[in-house]
Amino acid sequence: MSTSGARALLHALLLGAAAITLFPLLWMLSVSFMAGGEASAFPPPLLPGHATLANYRQLFGQQNIGRYLTNSLWLAALTTLLSLLFNSLAGYAFAKLHFRGREPILRVLLAALVIPSQVAMLPLFLLMKWLGLVNTYAAVVVPAMAGIFGVFLVRQYALTIPDELLEAARIDGASELRIFTSIVLPALRPILVTLAVFTFLGSWNDFMWPLIVLTDQDLYTLPIALATLSREHVQDYELMMAGAVLTVLPVLVLFLALQRYYIRGILMGSVKG
Amino acid sequence: MKTAPAAWAFAAPALLIITVFFFVPVLAALAVSLTDFDLYALADIRNLRFVGLHNYWRLLHTPDFWRALTNTAYFVVVGVPLSLAASLATALLVNSRLAYLAGLFRTALFAPVVTTLVAVAVVWRYLLHTRYGLINYALAHLGIHPIDWLGDPHWALPAIILFAVWKNFGYNMVIFLAALQSIPADLYEAARLDGASLWQEFGRITLPMLRPTLLLVSILTVAGYFQLFAEPYVMTQGGPLQSTVSVLYFMYEEGFKWWNLGSASAVAFLLFLIILAVTALQLRLARDAQAR
Repeated sequence: MSTSGARALLHALLLGAAAITLFPLLWMLSVSFMAGGEASAFPPPLLPGHATLANYRQLFGQQNIGRYLTNSLWLAALTTLLSLLFNSLAGYAFAKLHFRGREPILRVLLAALVIPSQVAMLPLFLLMKWLGLVNTYAAVVVPAMAGIFGVFLVRQYALTIPDELLEAARIDGASELRIFTSIVLPALRPILVTLAVFTFLGSWNDFMWPLIVLTDQDLYTLPIALATLSREHVQDYELMMAGAVLTVLPVLVLFLALQRYYIRGILMGSVKG
Repeated sequence: MKTAPAAWAFAAPALLIITVFFFVPVLAALAVSLTDFDLYALADIRNLRFVGLHNYWRLLHTPDFWRALTNTAYFVVVGVPLSLAASLATALLVNSRLAYLAGLFRTALFAPVVTTLVAVAVVWRYLLHTRYGLINYALAHLGIHPIDWLGDPHWALPAIILFAVWKNFGYNMVIFLAALQSIPADLYEAARLDGASLWQEFGRITLPMLRPTLLLVSILTVAGYFQLFAEPYVMTQGGPLQSTVSVLYFMYEEGFKWWNLGSASAVAFLLFLIILAVTALQLRLARDAQAR
């Protein structure tokens, strides 16, 4: 085959694949602007006859989705902030500071990566119940404040900080906390962005655990609210699509803005595993 | 070592959180799985009895559990190879020297990975609708009669597999892309000088060089696919006729619907053991293949 023929075939395949991945997302957006009942027709319409914001208005009005949006936003933000703090402290310590038991603990953590998180879920629920935290945001945030993956991600990156830099600061009499805030944190910035994107997306998209511990409707996150709504409003295509758009859009935008950092996280995670 | 106290102070908060909210619950799950922890024990812990391996024994004699296990195995056995094939194929396309706008294509193909599973599952539920769904509409042009994707026990799980492949393949594509880019270009140049075809290049250079990545990616994907839950929860609620009940869905109902926490913990542990065994098997097969 000639080079130009090969090139044409290649791009046809690429365009086909991209159409498959993007079509459901574009269709979701289009249907979200349709009038109620418009999508339940044959043949299925691709574009709204008269674009309307009625579905969004209904979601924010009757369905109170603004509340769930805020819940999701600040839960994800808080989880991200706290996990950055704890994981970066520990990741740095495991990379650069010496303490008894460092290597054995590291090996235990690494081995524990194979345990699916759902194994811990039932006793974690009992623990939360015992602590009186069921049906509070603490039950969602607290277990996510630190994680093995986060500690390792930071550690791998922190290993590249030159020891001389830290030693020089110590000789100048800087405290360990001072060294951490003024030398280590700035050096870790790229990986902290990566970890932040991962944690934020993970928290935003999380389903099973919030579904279990948040039973009060006022506390629902967007995915839980959407799942509940979709069980009650099976026939309301257009409304559900507007809800899906509101759920997906924030994370999609965040990803597009910080794509490079997110992909680095995947690659570091896969090299380590 | 003089930095020890600070080091411990730095590591301790994260270790404490991981211990209290992960390690202790995992061990507790093992303990709970050996008891008859249920609604009565939840009300008053004195009702708790040690039952040894009874939960495990009973599960292995529960047809619904086997059903969940078979469904999950089907999802893994069909879903993982499809998923990996899609990832590898798209990675090869994007990585081609001839591709324009490779970065843009990569982003487009990756987009489903970052979307919220519940939201896109809702979208797909409508795309798969028997009468108004675009998938059946498209198939009709090929002369295929409408399929009741999510309402027919034979089609519900395949439909969920299609959805899962769409949602997940981009993740491994990115990993394959990085691995492809690390293959030295002179290997291909040498092959081309020897007159190797594209297919030979793929079989003799690309595939062998990708072997470690393939192993890693298949282990991670198999483990991930065994944890199927939200897809059936949103798309089919386990139905029709239990055809999409996964192991975790079974655990969720057993634990949080019927409050049989002892039995549900046993389910969780069995799932963990199965994943561990399959991972060990994959490593073993890879080692044997290497040795040959």
